[in-house]
Amino acid sequence: MKERRFVRELMESKQRIVGLSFVVAFVFLLLVLRLWHLQILNAEDYQARSENNRLRFVPVAASRGAILDRKGAVIVSNRPSFSLAVIPQEVQDKELLLTQLADLLGLDRKEMSENWQKNHGRAKYFPIVLSSNISRDQVEIVEENRLRLPGVEIEMKPVREYSHGVLAAHLLGYIGEISEKELDSAGLEEYNPGDYVGKNGIERALERELHGSDGGRQLEVDARGRVLRTISESRPTVGNSIVLTIDMAVQKQAEQAFGDQAGAAVAMDVSNGEILAFVSNPGFDPALFSGKLPADIWKGYLEDVRRPLENKALSGQYPPGSTFKVITALAGLQEGTINDATSVNCSGSYSMGTSTFKCWNKRGHGTTSLKKSLRESCDVYYYQLGEKLGVDKIAAAAREFRLGTALGVELQNEKVGLIPTTEWKQKRLGQRWYRGETLPVSIGQGYVLMTPIQLASMIATVANEGTVFRPHLVKKVVDADGKTLRETKPEILSKTTAFSKETYRLVKQGLSAVVNEPGGTGAMARLYDVRVAGKTGSSQVVKMRDSKNSTAYKFRDHALFVAFAPFENPEIAVAVVVEHGEHGGSAAAPIVGRILRAYFDGKKPVVKEAVHPAPAKNENDAEEVTPAVDVKTPERESGVNR
Amino acid sequence: MIDRRLLLNFDWILLGLVLVVSLLGIINIYSATTPYKIIGTAYYLKQCYWLLAGITISLMVSSIDYHIMEDFSYWLYGFLVLLLVAVLLIGRRSMGATRWLNLGLFSVQPSELMKIGIIITFARFYNNFHSTGGLTVKDVLTPLALLALPAALIMKQPDLGTAVLVILIVLSMTFYIGVRWSTVVTFTCITIPMVWFAWARLLRPYQKNRVLDFLDPERSRLGSGYHIIQSKIAVGSGGFSGKGYIKGTQSQLRFLPEQHTDFAFSVFAEEWGFLGCLLLMILYLFLVLWGLNIARRCNDRFGGLLAVGVTAMLFWHIVINMGMVIGLFPVVGVPLPFFSYGGTSMITSMVGIGLLQNISMRRFMF
Repeated sequence: MKERRFVRELMESKQRIVGLSFVVAFVFLLLVLRLWHLQILNAEDYQARSENNRLRFVPVAASRGAILDRKGAVIVSNRPSFSLAVIPQEVQDKELLLTQLADLLGLDRKEMSENWQKNHGRAKYFPIVLSSNISRDQVEIVEENRLRLPGVEIEMKPVREYSHGVLAAHLLGYIGEISEKELDSAGLEEYNPGDYVGKNGIERALERELHGSDGGRQLEVDARGRVLRTISESRPTVGNSIVLTIDMAVQKQAEQAFGDQAGAAVAMDVSNGEILAFVSNPGFDPALFSGKLPADIWKGYLEDVRRPLENKALSGQYPPGSTFKVITALAGLQEGTINDATSVNCSGSYSMGTSTFKCWNKRGHGTTSLKKSLRESCDVYYYQLGEKLGVDKIAAAAREFRLGTALGVELQNEKVGLIPTTEWKQKRLGQRWYRGETLPVSIGQGYVLMTPIQLASMIATVANEGTVFRPHLVKKVVDADGKTLRETKPEILSKTTAFSKETYRLVKQGLSAVVNEPGGTGAMARLYDVRVAGKTGSSQVVKMRDSKNSTAYKFRDHALFVAFAPFENPEIAVAVVVEHGEHGGSAAAPIVGRILRAYFDGKKPVVKEAVHPAPAKNENDAEEVTPAVDVKTPERESGVNR
Repeated sequence: MIDRRLLLNFDWILLGLVLVVSLLGIINIYSATTPYKIIGTAYYLKQCYWLLAGITISLMVSSIDYHIMEDFSYWLYGFLVLLLVAVLLIGRRSMGATRWLNLGLFSVQPSELMKIGIIITFARFYNNFHSTGGLTVKDVLTPLALLALPAALIMKQPDLGTAVLVILIVLSMTFYIGVRWSTVVTFTCITIPMVWFAWARLLRPYQKNRVLDFLDPERSRLGSGYHIIQSKIAVGSGGFSGKGYIKGTQSQLRFLPEQHTDFAFSVFAEEWGFLGCLLLMILYLFLVLWGLNIARRCNDRFGGLLAVGVTAMLFWHIVINMGMVIGLFPVVGVPLPFFSYGGTSMITSMVGIGLLQNISMRRFMF
């Protein structure tokens, strides 16, 4: 009985073994299915993840292209900037290290600690910048104490160097870390957070050329993020350099001529629209904007009534004042309303209906011809002419000069100004045009607004007798080897076919008289060796001026002067606006004079060589002489022009 | 003691399977430890020594007739429980757990010995336990107490992996003996409300969090979850034919944790791919089935129980380790027998193989 039970139990157990074997095989099948799922079905996904694990892409920023002036002088370039960084995973005692660094380098411990804290969530192998822009001395101290400072690194990256400081700041602009908004904007899709991008001026307008293409290194790292080897490397391509049309010698003289005064100046080549000087004063230090701008400096810029951050040459809109008489005169001559022989008696004021319009000269100019009206800037002459022409004829002449439209300079934020017409007023203000409103327009007041670049373009078109060129700042784009990639061709925006040669001749003679004849308002722009022609202007800032406040800075008139030279064969046109400078003849004309002086002095060696072609062996001597001439001339010039 | 018949019946298949897996393991350990800074003897060499020691011990175990073990099995049980208590009192602490007992000349891990001890104990217990139609609820109470004592002591160390293994070994042997359906249903019905009550009332929030982390490693991506993710990436990226020997990026760049011990299979899967894994799985499957076959061929109940116990021990090690590596189970420190680096695991597994050999050689002796 017991034996039988034993045998039965054994048989049952043996049967169960078979069952267990199937269970075992089934479990193994499940494991194999799971392996199939991982290694066959999802292999690609896991392979990608394993690549991601071991590969790190470290971008290497391209060196930004330089900016040069027309003669090849470097204006903006790059210099190395050093920053102090730590790799958190290699630091044993954070607090001790911070204290050591603060003591050794004299850096602000709190600031470093804050920078560290800010990057708390990042991977521990990622360097954190504790202090940027440290000096070479500080770099050396760190290198000497390397062993005592585990985890500390010096990072080098190129930063922008503006070799002329604040000179041409608005024109050049500055670069900064790309903002989130910019990252989403068109044309900047390839950029990554932390990249630098042009924020303003040429730096922004020619970002694509200057930036170059970033390279990068594909690194293999281990689980701790230690770099084991470089798998592939693509070298960054240096950005292209920009050769500007600007002549830094002229630019420098122009900015210095402004001194503390606010305003703008544009000098242009009348034969192609190249801008030789582009000033908005006061400037700012573009180098400061690349890094963290100190709060007090930023506040200072914002609170300055002279608005240093505004690009006045392009975005400042001013009533052109008497400089606009050039347009009114051209319109009158062409329409036949006036001619060379027309004369008007100026009694110091002009009445129309019940209103009286005053000439700037209360005593009057007496019998006034076209030439005298320009020379002495008689308002009454133009009141009468404007009344006869009507506002739309004046506007038509202005349109021939492309006034009231953007001229298409490479930079952003170009303002268009305003040339009023009856239609404009009806549309904009829903009112009809009153005849009395035409009179201020004819002397460049009322609704008329122009930018300094438009003023320069206008006088350049008078000088070349009818061709409106697109003003431009970029002469050419060259690559890192100096090979020219693109050159800006002069672009003709329009030709003022409405005006005859004779018309221009008459107006230009008047403009010459402004500078060169006794009684001319622009005598201070006169040069001893070159015949200059120009027109003064002063534009009212407030219409109904309270005499009590007339001396307050913000109520003073703007002073303007537009000019071209040489009279006989014009090369350069200049427009200067001095904000609240009061009188064009006294505030703006001397600046124009100085700009022209710098321009013609800069040309002298070329002239000298042309006149006396030096033998090849003496070429060096000839060049050595040149600077002496440059240095002396300004002093002599100031003597001549008071 | 060793007669000619025993040698004639030597189970070459068993030894052959073990040797092939062990050699694959050594080859794999060589690759897995390449990125390590090695001080002293290289890991793969040490594993060779452990293998030789293991084979020796296994031969020694197989030479003594296993029937003798039945007589002193309870003494062994008592001795091992005492050792487990001693570990808790005077054991050596390392890595947050107390598992080792210093015996002067060498250290032992009593919980590891208990894996074998519990097999012998239950083989003895069930051998003398006769019931028709399977174990009833009442029948199960004594073995439950016999299991609960060492399991609780091991859990206290804490060594969850070993505790779970001991329980699974006993469960497997119990099911081999045969359990009534009513018993299974009753225990399920008791266990579920108990777990629910403990969860709802007894555990504090931080304890619950630990349990949740344990059950769902992805909860803490940088803790054990990180290891599971990296291991899955290693296995998956191996693809069909693998990245090649010593060319696995996950292992060579040390993204894997414990890659020469608990995650050795992960390294193998990355470098040898699905094909390599399939080969290893087949070897293990044959080993387990062969163990069951030894149990089936054995004509006495004690031997059958021993063989099933040892096979269950190997089987659960394999399943839990592989399940962990391929992301089916949470991370528990359970090595892959003969494949993972480590002397303790090698010796325990080889003692088990010695027992199987012992039973296999003596299958005609009744």
